[in-house]
Amino acid sequence: MEMLYQRDIYGKTLVELGRQDKNIVVLDADLSGSTRTSLFAKQFPERFFNFGVAEQNMMATAAGIASCSKIVFVSTFAIFATGRAWDQVRNSVAYNNFDIKIVATHAGITVGPDGASHQALEDIALMRVIPNMNIIVPCDGPQTADAVMAAVNNKGPFYIRLGRPKVPTIENKGEFKLGKAQVLTQGNDIAIIACGIMVDEALTAAKSLLNKKIKARVINIHSIRPLDVETILKAAKETRGIVVCEEHSVIGGLASSVDEAVAENFPAKVVCLGIKNRFGQSGEPADLLKEYNLTNSDIEKAALSIAS
Amino acid sequence: MEYTAADIKRLEDKAKEIRRLIIQMLAKAGSGHPGGSLSATDLITALYFSVLRYNPKDPSWPDRDRFHMSKGHCCPLLYAVLAESGYFSKDKLLTLRQLGSILQGHPDRRTPGVEAASGSLGQGLSVGLGMSLAAKMDKKDYRVYVLMGDGETQEGNIWEAAMASAHYKCDNLCAILDYNGFQIDGMVCDIMGLEPIASKWGSFGWHTIEINGHDIKQILSAYEEAKKIKGKPTIIIARTVKGKGVSFMENVCDFHGRAPTKEEAEKALKELE
Repeated sequence: MEMLYQRDIYGKTLVELGRQDKNIVVLDADLSGSTRTSLFAKQFPERFFNFGVAEQNMMATAAGIASCSKIVFVSTFAIFATGRAWDQVRNSVAYNNFDIKIVATHAGITVGPDGASHQALEDIALMRVIPNMNIIVPCDGPQTADAVMAAVNNKGPFYIRLGRPKVPTIENKGEFKLGKAQVLTQGNDIAIIACGIMVDEALTAAKSLLNKKIKARVINIHSIRPLDVETILKAAKETRGIVVCEEHSVIGGLASSVDEAVAENFPAKVVCLGIKNRFGQSGEPADLLKEYNLTNSDIEKAALSIAS
Repeated sequence: MEYTAADIKRLEDKAKEIRRLIIQMLAKAGSGHPGGSLSATDLITALYFSVLRYNPKDPSWPDRDRFHMSKGHCCPLLYAVLAESGYFSKDKLLTLRQLGSILQGHPDRRTPGVEAASGSLGQGLSVGLGMSLAAKMDKKDYRVYVLMGDGETQEGNIWEAAMASAHYKCDNLCAILDYNGFQIDGMVCDIMGLEPIASKWGSFGWHTIEINGHDIKQILSAYEEAKKIKGKPTIIIARTVKGKGVSFMENVCDFHGRAPTKEEAEKALKELE
């Protein structure tokens, strides 16, 4: 299976975009090597600005640049983009509805050894409460490019969430459309809804479930906003229940999005796998996923609890 | 550029008219911030009616100079100046803070002539920095002006922006500090002192100009001097009087965030005849 850094794809896509469109400007806050905006900086130094360790200034400066009819990409780690600079994102970026694309890397528990201070487990929640903000959580390398293109081709602010480690490329996902979920496997026994790195875990769980004669419908919700409520409700109606899994707090992210959609329209059994009222900690990504019950066997267990 | 006595008189009269509009709109709205609107009136009146390059018929003209009011709570001043400049009709001023009005309690892009929202303090200098960088990328010669409050500069974001503006040699950026000495809770020097303010900005790499912010002649020559400074941004540190122009509002902290009553407004307007 092909393994890619989402960040590598982001950096390369930025360079391509920069070549096509002189209106694209990129900002970073002393993490351009990690976020890979350094690739753009190398090619287009006159359209790249490093703000040093000052994320609030970077975010509000993005607003000023965007007010002059430019498309501005802003990158840093997810914890700083959404936490440190939240007020700037709310008031200067989203309230103005500017063309600012926040592409944050190092989201989730799989940041690994750096530990809790650097593991953003609440970033989707923090962005989801802000009006105007579009949110994409790509599941692999190629989908990262799709997400970046969608952000450029649609007006307004975006938050794109990327991880730190290499991730497997998911085959046969079908067309990428903003706001449209991807149904990866067909099945009416159980639905497994996932985003980001959990999509691959969900597919592995589905394979194992099939051996037990349980057909799982795996759904990749890459667009947390706009949300494909229709596909979620269809799953709620046609299956015995839904397992939601995400590398994020169960409060405010994908799990909450699914809960809200289902509860308001077609109450169904939903089991959420995510971070439950805990900070992260140091460790290797695989060990952390085990520690926080985010592996394919955890998904399988949750699915069996509903389906059997 | 030389300004004649007639130029100065014209701007002084204009400032008086702007102050009248501020009082009228705040009295009608029943809430808002008169103190800091009145203290910055001369600075911003001189800017809009003698310095700034703009076209009210085409608010998004790419070559316009940019003005951003970082101390967003003083938007009655901005709205009065924009209406007086012809961005929208003056009768709209009396809709300030009402449901559905184009004139929100703090600046919003729905108002013609407003470049970006403000109100959450400390972000505006960064917004101005962004406009300045955009001008440099596009090789345009427009200038960027940002009005900050003195209390506002207690925000850390301001100093991040100060550092970055000097780093990127933003000589098309001119910050204006309305140093009226008061913030909501009291005198700035008691709440969180800023001194030595000029040397702080100077050590951050800015050209500093200190003026009396109610002397039109000094204001105009400060804007002229700022235009000539190359390789670094300029800050005009303007000593002002909170509530300037209305005797019973001057240096009265209560009028930071309280609108005048109907009686107070009548009294104020009489003083501004």
